[in-house]
Amino acid sequence: MSKGTPTIDMTPMVDLAFLLVTFFMLTATAIPDEPVTVDTPSSISEIKIPENNILTITIGKDSRVFFNVDGQPTRAALLGKMGEMYGVQFTPEETHTFAIMSSIGVPMGGLKQFLDLKPEERKAMQPQLPGVPVDSAHNELADWVLQARLLNRQLRIAIKGDRDAEYPVVKKVVNTMIDRKVNRFNLITGMEKGGS
Amino acid sequence: MAEIQGGGDDKKKKGGKVRSKKSSTRIDMTPMVDLAFLLLTFFVMTTTLNKPQTMEITMPEKPKKDDPEPPKVNERDVLTIVLGENDKVYWYTGITDPKIELTNFSATGIRKVLQTKKNEIPKLVVLIKPSDKSKYKNMVDILDEMNIGVIQRYAMVDITPTDEELIKDSQL
Repeated sequence: MSKGTPTIDMTPMVDLAFLLVTFFMLTATAIPDEPVTVDTPSSISEIKIPENNILTITIGKDSRVFFNVDGQPTRAALLGKMGEMYGVQFTPEETHTFAIMSSIGVPMGGLKQFLDLKPEERKAMQPQLPGVPVDSAHNELADWVLQARLLNRQLRIAIKGDRDAEYPVVKKVVNTMIDRKVNRFNLITGMEKGGS
Repeated sequence: MAEIQGGGDDKKKKGGKVRSKKSSTRIDMTPMVDLAFLLLTFFVMTTTLNKPQTMEITMPEKPKKDDPEPPKVNERDVLTIVLGENDKVYWYTGITDPKIELTNFSATGIRKVLQTKKNEIPKLVVLIKPSDKSKYKNMVDILDEMNIGVIQRYAMVDITPTDEELIKDSQL
């Protein structure tokens, strides 16, 4: 060792760094890829959302509605059921794509084509997705929720709305739920930021 | 640790044999550290530390055909809150010929109204009527106010044309 070269023993630092890496790796749950950025309103509520068995209905600023449910087996089975209902046959590849995909924002009519696209193309399409239809005449959201609840009885329903989402859309979604006898749901909110 | 060898080196050089400088077992850890910190930064950034909160609401069931008539509520006990556009809050008590007033979501706004009304009327029933121009945020805020003010009985109902006219006529 040449004289005067300042050497620092990095071992403790590296130990610490790896400890932290391990900690974050194990606790990490990747931020899910949301098709629409949602700025949730704040509330004083301090109930944390449960980790599993969540059915999320996302309402974007632009009144598009997305549907998501966790659990890959549930999702795969759900697609099959929905296919039966709407008379669409899905290949195993499409089912797999669906199982690992994030929120659904395509009407049933276009879902098959959407699943056949390459992942990059799907991602590029996200800003133009029409959302799940929730009109009273043509309410696919109701079917999604119904089938998902039949498959997983423990599902809790969470509504994640953007703070600037129009109330009529929220009302439509809420009424859809009430029509399906879902009377209890969670509204996802953020933390209250300072004085309101 | 690797540092210990520093002391030993000098002595060995004095002994006749010129040994090739014992290669130190020290490994340059810099790249590893770089990587470790890169990963650390990545995980710190992607972790969602604060899980989102939720607000649980239970909506009333749809009335069935053979349901008994719901108990009548004295109209003097009713406080109606209408959520208007641009975060406006209109409120009035009673149903016949109400006097409509305007307030906002601040701590001195609707919260104060709810507090005074709660003290005035023991059997207070709050009707929340979000208008079509209100935002989702307004709905969450008003539900929040219900929790803050510990209002036991409240309901979210659709806005009626009468309410809309009231607001229009009030010019507020």
